Amino acid sequence: MSSLLSLEGVLLPSAILGGLGLGFGLVLALAASRFRVEVDPRVSRVREVLPGINCGACGYPGCDGYAEAVVSGQAKPNLCAPGGADVAAAVASIMGISAEAMVKKVAFVRCKGSPDVARVKYFYDGVLDCREAVVVPGSGPKACPFGCLGFGTCAAVCPFGAIRIENGLARVESLLCTGCGICVSSCPKRVIELVPQDKAVRVACSSRHKGQDVKRVCQLGCIGCGLCARVCPEGAISIADNLPVVDFDKCTSCGACAQRCPTRSILMAF
Amino acid sequence: MNLLSILFASIFVNNIILSLFLGCCPFLGVSSRIMSARGMGFAVVFVMVMASAITWVVYHAILVPLGFRYLYTLSFILVIAALVQLVEMVLKKVNPPLYKALGIFLPLITTNCAVLGIAVINMNRNYGFLESVTNAFGASLGFFLALYLMAGIRERLDLSETMPAFMRGLPIALVTASLMALAFMGFVGIM
Repeated sequence: MSSLLSLEGVLLPSAILGGLGLGFGLVLALAASRFRVEVDPRVSRVREVLPGINCGACGYPGCDGYAEAVVSGQAKPNLCAPGGADVAAAVASIMGISAEAMVKKVAFVRCKGSPDVARVKYFYDGVLDCREAVVVPGSGPKACPFGCLGFGTCAAVCPFGAIRIENGLARVESLLCTGCGICVSSCPKRVIELVPQDKAVRVACSSRHKGQDVKRVCQLGCIGCGLCARVCPEGAISIADNLPVVDFDKCTSCGACAQRCPTRSILMAF
Repeated sequence: MNLLSILFASIFVNNIILSLFLGCCPFLGVSSRIMSARGMGFAVVFVMVMASAITWVVYHAILVPLGFRYLYTLSFILVIAALVQLVEMVLKKVNPPLYKALGIFLPLITTNCAVLGIAVINMNRNYGFLESVTNAFGASLGFFLALYLMAGIRERLDLSETMPAFMRGLPIALVTASLMALAFMGFVGIM
């Protein structure tokens, strides 16, 4: 023990490093008080009412970044998707401004091409992750280049456990979904989109191909016939790239489009 | 050894990334955009010169006289970590725009092996104070140069539409890096 605790072997080196550390620590402590930057107290109060999951849905790096952006006036108080209307109201009251009405959005998988209705090009025997599967030539086993691959990348990244893989397709449980949008950006096929929760119309296909090409690979794909656009009493639907685009400001969730759709590509969520 | 030859040797011939292979992490991680490459480059120049100066003082004024040269790794890391903290605090107060521009790169440099590497190289070559600072300045300029070139190349590569999917992103970046290292080997002949 005495050799272990000898002056030369242990104590002096410890003292030197400890002294160095202490010296630097003192300098840093001095600098911290000398160069202190006054932080707006509202930043920490805004930060406290935010959920603190750092999902990044607001477009800022984490809840801290968003709190700073709100207080400095760069960001609106209603950008926190997981927090919803409650957090928006709380943030707005701290900032002393009124919160704009915030429409809750939920994720929706725009594909109905389960393995029994959609053709498969080849047997994929690789890593069970969509981001890996799209790297394979042909970008995944599905014949339709736009469809959901169903390997569950979105389910794995969802922080709320709101996505499950059912029958080879990702399905969002809209009650659990907070609309943070992490799945949207993680999906290599870009087949998930955020839709307003209070509107029922959901376009369940992403194929921009022409009708006959869609029919060749999937029985339930949208053929871009435009019937929905014609029957919509509000004129809320237009066709772009062989797909219906719903203007949710005009949509009244009447369901006329879903009834007339020949391929059942438009669904009613409720 | 005159200072000019140290400077040019450390920029081109012994380029810290492409010849010594130190600091490869930011070379691949922060080279996708020219703007962020520039921010990282400036931050490294700043920190590396400061760190070399202070580690030289710590080594020659504390460790050598007391006979504890072997503590250099620990004490250098201590110096670099404390220095980066200090620089961050001072910048935040004195020059907020620069602080914002450097952003996350400043704390990242704490763990950049190039900074520690240059301090150790200076020590191993028994450089004097001015030689150490010159070598660090040259090495950090070399880092800046390599990072900036890489970012420029990668921004253009991103525009390619014919590149197969399996080569996009990191794979082509690694191929680019190796070709750049080969090109920098050409500088060996001039010194």
